[in-house]
Amino acid sequence: MGNGTRIGRVRGLGSAKSGTHHWIAQRFTAIGNALLVSWLVASLAMLPAYDHAAVSGWIAQPIVAVPLMLMIVNVFYHIKQGLQVLIEDYVHDEGLKFATLMLLHFYVIGAAAVGLFSVARIAFAGGAL
Amino acid sequence: MAQSRQRPLSPHLSIWRWGPHMLISILHRATGDGLAILGGLGLTWWLFAAASGPAAYATFQYYVWQAEAGDMLGLIANVIGRIVLIGLSWAFFQHLFSGLRHLVMDMGAGYELQTNRRWSSLIPVLSVLATIAFWAWIFVGRAG
Repeated sequence: MGNGTRIGRVRGLGSAKSGTHHWIAQRFTAIGNALLVSWLVASLAMLPAYDHAAVSGWIAQPIVAVPLMLMIVNVFYHIKQGLQVLIEDYVHDEGLKFATLMLLHFYVIGAAAVGLFSVARIAFAGGAL
Repeated sequence: MAQSRQRPLSPHLSIWRWGPHMLISILHRATGDGLAILGGLGLTWWLFAAASGPAAYATFQYYVWQAEAGDMLGLIANVIGRIVLIGLSWAFFQHLFSGLRHLVMDMGAGYELQTNRRWSSLIPVLSVLATIAFWAWIFVGRAG
């Protein structure tokens, strides 16, 4: 394992050029997910039914819609961090790596947009869809 | 470049003797990737179906969980849907517990051989128990 040149180490640039921010963001979103996804799983277990009326009525409450939106942002940020590491570990061809990382960004930003829009639509419709 | 000679590469999975720490490390990545792809898409489909109205939500429920008795395609989708959903719940618990272990290790704790082995062995057991408890609650506990 190389650790970069001495001047690179002084500047905080090891052989990977970056990483500390990615590492910290992965931990921040991990802790956020531990709270928010656990909340979702526990809430789903407590729902009286799983039909459309029960689910959309639950999501429409502000006390649910806001943490659900936070969870969507946090989850897809964490997904981006995790899958990026997977791609960087196993995709060695530079062109293919570029394309895969671009697809990953399309996926997480697109899916987060769909999720946020969906929660907003349910919340602003007040459960009457 | 200062270092042009061939540097040694770390040997991969095949050469090491298997231990619980290897298992849990690989499971962390595998469950994370499963949650990232299947879980991310499933969450998005679920929310979008709920936002699109009762008909779209009924389609989601029909294919993931409860198709009509005569519909072979729907029933095959149900088998896959249920395996994926139960699998995702297990993956969540496994990734959560294993992730908490990583947060402890990030603080520099839990590297002693015995401690590390104990938690690595315990976490897969805990995640399976949590999955059983979760679905037992859904199918049995809440109904009663």
